[in-house]
Amino acid sequence: MNKLPGIRPRENLARQLDKLARRGFPATSTALLLLLAAAPLGLPGQAELQASVALVCVFFWSLFRPASMPPPVVFLLGVLTDLLDFAPPGVGVLSLLVVHGFAMRWRRILVRQGFLLVWLAFVAVAAGAAALQWLLTSLLTFHLLPPGPGVFQAAIGAGLYPALATLLTRAHQTLAEPEQA
Amino acid sequence: MHPRVIRLSIPMRQALAKLTLPVLIAAAFGMMLLGKADALIAERARMALADALAPIYGVLSEPLGAVRRTVDSTSEVFTLYAENTRLRAENEKLRQWQSVALALDAENATLKSSLHWIPDPAPSYVTARVVADAGGVYARAVLLSTGPNHAVVKGQIALDERGLVGRVTELGARSARVLLITDINSRIPVILESSRARAMLTGTNGNRPRLMYWSEGAIPAEGERVVTSAEANVFPAGLPVGVVHYSASHVPEVEPAARLDRLEVVRLFDYGLRGVVAPESPASRTMFPDRRK
Repeated sequence: MNKLPGIRPRENLARQLDKLARRGFPATSTALLLLLAAAPLGLPGQAELQASVALVCVFFWSLFRPASMPPPVVFLLGVLTDLLDFAPPGVGVLSLLVVHGFAMRWRRILVRQGFLLVWLAFVAVAAGAAALQWLLTSLLTFHLLPPGPGVFQAAIGAGLYPALATLLTRAHQTLAEPEQA
Repeated sequence: MHPRVIRLSIPMRQALAKLTLPVLIAAAFGMMLLGKADALIAERARMALADALAPIYGVLSEPLGAVRRTVDSTSEVFTLYAENTRLRAENEKLRQWQSVALALDAENATLKSSLHWIPDPAPSYVTARVVADAGGVYARAVLLSTGPNHAVVKGQIALDERGLVGRVTELGARSARVLLITDINSRIPVILESSRARAMLTGTNGNRPRLMYWSEGAIPAEGERVVTSAEANVFPAGLPVGVVHYSASHVPEVEPAARLDRLEVVRLFDYGLRGVVAPESPASRTMFPDRRK
């Protein structure tokens, strides 16, 4: 990209820092959103919402800006979700990594599609992730847990995606764009 | 772009990049095994994070609570009249009950004094603010902000102004986690108040825990009050838990007396009962005996 002809600002420290901040935006904003979703907002279904926020953010950024959402960052975000919602450790990590892997795998096809198809793909991913989390939590707690909350979580994820993705798309084109530094 | 970074050949870098995800997935499985083998590490990490967040959420909960109260009170305006009539009727009924209760209290006191009854020691308690939901999707728990120099220990019993809430299961320096009676891991020995039959109250993660293992012949009656039993030396006898309510599929459940969906402040009682210590790994007691002080 740097080989393209054109006039651009000189590389100095401020610009480097700006670029760094823009590269770090997806991970930082996701972590902050997770902390916000864990705050005492008193919303019904907040636990499911929190799980869905992580899924939407990781899916979106893995798809549209994978350089800013590499597997180690996904891993750390997973650890944060596990610590925040007191789930058995590893469950959130694994489901987020699987979502990331799926997004990376289908990236070439999905980024060329319209919003609706990406949303549909996310609905499938959210359902799969909720099922995985239900299964793993059941296994790790030695209880056959009622599947209702998992279904609810998938539904909330499906509903949350359009709203959150609209915001993230704006951020994707402005705040998270290193070339705008 | 990065001249100072060690140069790897391109195929090597690609191979490393491809390996990262499988390695991290394996690490996630490792975390699950580790979390299962040693619950203490996960607990300490969680409570460290909870300690950091509890004061922030505590500050946040004030304005958020104010917003919620405003929303609630605006919707209440429309039901003021009906609510007022209902409250008048309830007040009348409660006045009668109050006189009955005062008479019974006096009678109880004279009977106890003539029997030389050994009084139960008055329990000490601390009051703590509920700052966040700490349950996640598959558990029911709340996080309390307890302040740095608290006297909270694991296994303490949490009550709100109406009834039993749960027990303290995890403890940090500034926060504590209370497992609610509705959690799937909660088991509480109870007594059905009118038949005096013992039963077990089992959480289901739903709104109403289920009654199980009641004595034969003593079928829980709809509307019967359920109180804690002193069996197993975990709870003192007679704490209000809720009332029996049969579900649509005719399973006896208990409608909790405590308002578990809108907990703001709970009292943590220390009855000095150590029959069963908090439900988790025994390693935490042997390895760090003074952690709870």
